[in-house]
Amino acid sequence: MINTHILSIALNSTHSPRSMSVMFFIILGCFFLTVGTLGLLRLPDVYNRLHATSKSTTLGAASIFFSGFLHYGFQGMGLTSLVGVLFLFLTAPTGSHMISRAAQKMGVEFFGDIAWPIHSDSQTPLNEDAILDETEI
Amino acid sequence: MAELFSFTLLLTSALILISILTLFCGYRAFIGPTIPDRVIGIDAIGTNITAIAILLAILTSFDYFVLVGLVLAIIGFISTIAAANYISESEVIQ
Repeated sequence: MINTHILSIALNSTHSPRSMSVMFFIILGCFFLTVGTLGLLRLPDVYNRLHATSKSTTLGAASIFFSGFLHYGFQGMGLTSLVGVLFLFLTAPTGSHMISRAAQKMGVEFFGDIAWPIHSDSQTPLNEDAILDETEI
Repeated sequence: MAELFSFTLLLTSALILISILTLFCGYRAFIGPTIPDRVIGIDAIGTNITAIAILLAILTSFDYFVLVGLVLAIIGFISTIAAANYISESEVIQ
């Protein structure tokens, strides 16, 4: 009921559709940034925190970039905002993958009694021969 | 009642919210138990400041803040790669 009330207020107001879509993407970006930061604060493990920030925070910043694109249109800084969206979606998985590889090489353990699948005491990465030996047995 | 959805008010409240979130990311970067925790916190701070730059560009209609956000994203990516290389290889450029 409250939602329909708010929606009727928003639809009856004097905003143009472009301005309303900019507002929608800003609210979406704030939601995703909040979720990502809560995950960064609350989750127990390096890998879990990386999972929270690398997806949610990137999606939030990308939707705020996209709201900038909707605000400026196909000119000038709007195209720069599109470049920013593309750049964020390209670089955030790369950076988070490199951090998690560095954490695994450093020997950061999982939370609880979870371990790497094979050779849980030596932090060597998995090689295919060990996997083949396990499957043959 | 239509003032509730004012554009400037929404942008200002979003800026305040993201600033508080950036402070919390700084908390994680300060107390993080391991070094990758701190790197993740600083990376999240960079992403939040990118969002703050875009919101400032829309709010103050000073368009070049979009470029500031893009350059901050690039610098955050490069610093993340450098920190990951420093953790795993003990050197930044080999």
